[in-house]
Amino acid sequence: MTVRTHVEDPILQMRSITKRFPGVVALSDVSLTVQRGEIHAICGENGAGKSTLMKVLSGVYPAGSYDGEILLEGEPVSFSGINDSEARGIVIIHQELALVPHLSVAENIFLGNEQSTAGVINWHETNVKAVELMERVGLRENPVTPVGTLGVGKQQLIEIAKALSKNVRLLILDEPTAALNDDDSEHLLGLIRDLREEGVTCIIISHKLGEIAAVADSTTVIRDGSTIETLDMHDGSTPEQTTARIIRGMVGRDMEHMYPEREVEIGEEIFRIEDWHVTHPTQPDRVVVDGASLYVRAGEVVGIAGLMGAGRTELAMSVFGRSWGREITGTVSMHGKPVQIRDVSDAIEHGIAYVSEDRKQYGLNLIEDVRRNVTAAGLKKLAPAGWVNANEEIAVAERYRSSLNIKSPSVLSVVEKLSGGNQQKVVLSKWLYTEPELLILDEPTRGIDVGAKFEIYSIINELAAAGKAILVISSELPEVLGLCDRIYTLSVGRITGEVDAAEATQEGLMELMTKETDR
Amino acid sequence: MVAFTGAVSAVVVIREGMPWWVGVLAALITGALVGVWQGFWVAVVGIPAFIVTLAGMLIFRGLTMQTLDNVSLSPFPSEYQYIAGGFLNGLLGGPGYDVFTLVIGALAAVGFAWSQWRNRMRKLEYRQPVEALWLFAVRVLLVAAIIMAFAWRLANARGTPVVLILLAALVLLYGFVTQRTVFGRHIYAMGGNLQAAKLSGVKTRRVNFLLFINMGLLAAVAGIVYSARSNSAQPGAGFMFELDAIAAAFIGGAAVTGGVGKVQGAIIGGLIMAVMSNGMQIMGIDQSTQNVVRGVVLVLAVAFDVWNKKRATADR
Repeated sequence: MTVRTHVEDPILQMRSITKRFPGVVALSDVSLTVQRGEIHAICGENGAGKSTLMKVLSGVYPAGSYDGEILLEGEPVSFSGINDSEARGIVIIHQELALVPHLSVAENIFLGNEQSTAGVINWHETNVKAVELMERVGLRENPVTPVGTLGVGKQQLIEIAKALSKNVRLLILDEPTAALNDDDSEHLLGLIRDLREEGVTCIIISHKLGEIAAVADSTTVIRDGSTIETLDMHDGSTPEQTTARIIRGMVGRDMEHMYPEREVEIGEEIFRIEDWHVTHPTQPDRVVVDGASLYVRAGEVVGIAGLMGAGRTELAMSVFGRSWGREITGTVSMHGKPVQIRDVSDAIEHGIAYVSEDRKQYGLNLIEDVRRNVTAAGLKKLAPAGWVNANEEIAVAERYRSSLNIKSPSVLSVVEKLSGGNQQKVVLSKWLYTEPELLILDEPTRGIDVGAKFEIYSIINELAAAGKAILVISSELPEVLGLCDRIYTLSVGRITGEVDAAEATQEGLMELMTKETDR
Repeated sequence: MVAFTGAVSAVVVIREGMPWWVGVLAALITGALVGVWQGFWVAVVGIPAFIVTLAGMLIFRGLTMQTLDNVSLSPFPSEYQYIAGGFLNGLLGGPGYDVFTLVIGALAAVGFAWSQWRNRMRKLEYRQPVEALWLFAVRVLLVAAIIMAFAWRLANARGTPVVLILLAALVLLYGFVTQRTVFGRHIYAMGGNLQAAKLSGVKTRRVNFLLFINMGLLAAVAGIVYSARSNSAQPGAGFMFELDAIAAAFIGGAAVTGGVGKVQGAIIGGLIMAVMSNGMQIMGIDQSTQNVVRGVVLVLAVAFDVWNKKRATADR
């Protein structure tokens, strides 16, 4: 690597950061150095620890809840909350924008930082200053316009204007262009460059490698909670070389023995969707799934690889009884015959099961016990005449507890107290009990430890061996490669590729997943 | 709604001179219709239940006043009063005590023992752990003894109150519905995690709608009993009942966040509230003080629930 031309002048140093959650080490000994006035990109797969690191930095996880130290301009700092870090000029803009849709642009910019004397807001000053800030980000809007009426791209700019109003010196952008179209992205990246000229240091978390190659001065790659390397983007190598190196850093992990072996015996087609379109429920101009077609055969494990925001979950949930989105069009067929699925019970009736990526929010009734969670979706089977056979119910729950090896004191234990892996097995049991033909698994191993992952993989293999069709959504490439027979890649709502897992490489998939198709 | 259904029944029975059971039927139908109205706004249109209930309180209070022309209607015929104030007595005669009441008590005790025994047998059939036989016997005998002792007291007083039978029937019915039926399960599932319930195929709107109709029916039952007990339908009947009901539910172990609580709990909560009010009434405590005490009890009950939950989370 060539020697950097400019002087070492770190604005931020994070040293040996280790952050543990119960049962999981999210960050282990991560170090990050950001030079003053640079654009520093952070890359990594979903769940690699990028967001956790930024939360540590911004004080969302207060000092003391992690190990290691943070130096800001050479001096150690300990933030106990987001207000502390903002006072020092560190502002984080999350992927999900934190704007209040019904308040005006100016009100949003100065939210929490109101321009007031003695508690009385000076509206004139608020609006005038808002216009000044908006000019800096290249936004020409009336400051009294409600934010909700503007597009996502403009909202993103308002977030940046808001950051500027706080005298930001270190701006952190989490996936800033994930929801933007090409023009808006281009404008945003230009703005980030301009800010660099004004002396604002920028950390940008992004999946879009083309973007990173275009805008970043250096890039840190994080994988599995550890820093892999920091690349100088001006070291003379071509963008292709750099991108390849980043991809290698993001995915290169030992895949041996992670995935159990399986005999593949593929049968007839079970499930197929054609020309599937889904529109965002609140943003009518945003097509989230754009003409997707795919099929799954009996005994086959098919992967959908896509990064966050690619429309994976939206695709699955819209198929599963129209649980997400509006203006859903396209056809669903089971066994080659088109079926009408209007709601979740229709989907269950047709033998479709969907295991959500967010088990606490969408999968489990946390305050209920294992038994009742297991039977929640297939309760009708226990109650042919309307009342539940309570003893049979316990027997059913016991059966799944032992066959899926759910570690809980009994089937009457409340699921809230179980570990992530065991909770996931409870959700799996719930759907297995409905005897589905197609099982859609959305990030089935998110937030669970390696041992439990292996068990989940084994269960998936057994199900496939029993002739079920399985659709696995995952952003972890090794998982997709290790588990699936065939893989579709999804990028910004479109299927950008269909590859045989035996021939696929992580690099090849990542390229398809980050492909930015024309709109 | 308690007042409204009571008023409707009063108009039918007292003003129109219809038999008592027509009044009861009219009240129940009115209750169900009110439930349909409320359920429509909540489950179909999607207005927050709190707002709909608040609006409903105003609407039906107003309609009560119109129905009654702002005066109380009384008295009800004695058959009607019998629902709330009557006793089943002397049906089988008896020397100084009511045999019929004892028979009812004995039936309840035997019924309890039999259902417990059946349950135990079923559990054994499914190879589930059961308590030791002697423990089982002692428990069943103890409960049976309590039931019989209670029946003995009643038999020596005025016999079996009709309301008690009504209450027992409701408790059994709702206990069964909430604990043993698919519908009941869906209610708990929705309370525990609405999103997860939806994604498990629970038709949440339909369940919500039916629940409101059910609430309407129950309010009608309360309206009938209340009007029969006070032997009149008053424009101001059932005032602040909603708070007593909320208090009863919370004291009985329901949670603000939903998804927990049982019929038995609510009954216990209701009994505590009622005994407290009644006791204070008998002691001659000032109405204003009574309100303060009831309010404090409600806050404490919910505070206990919140505190309990915090502790449970801290445990993990």
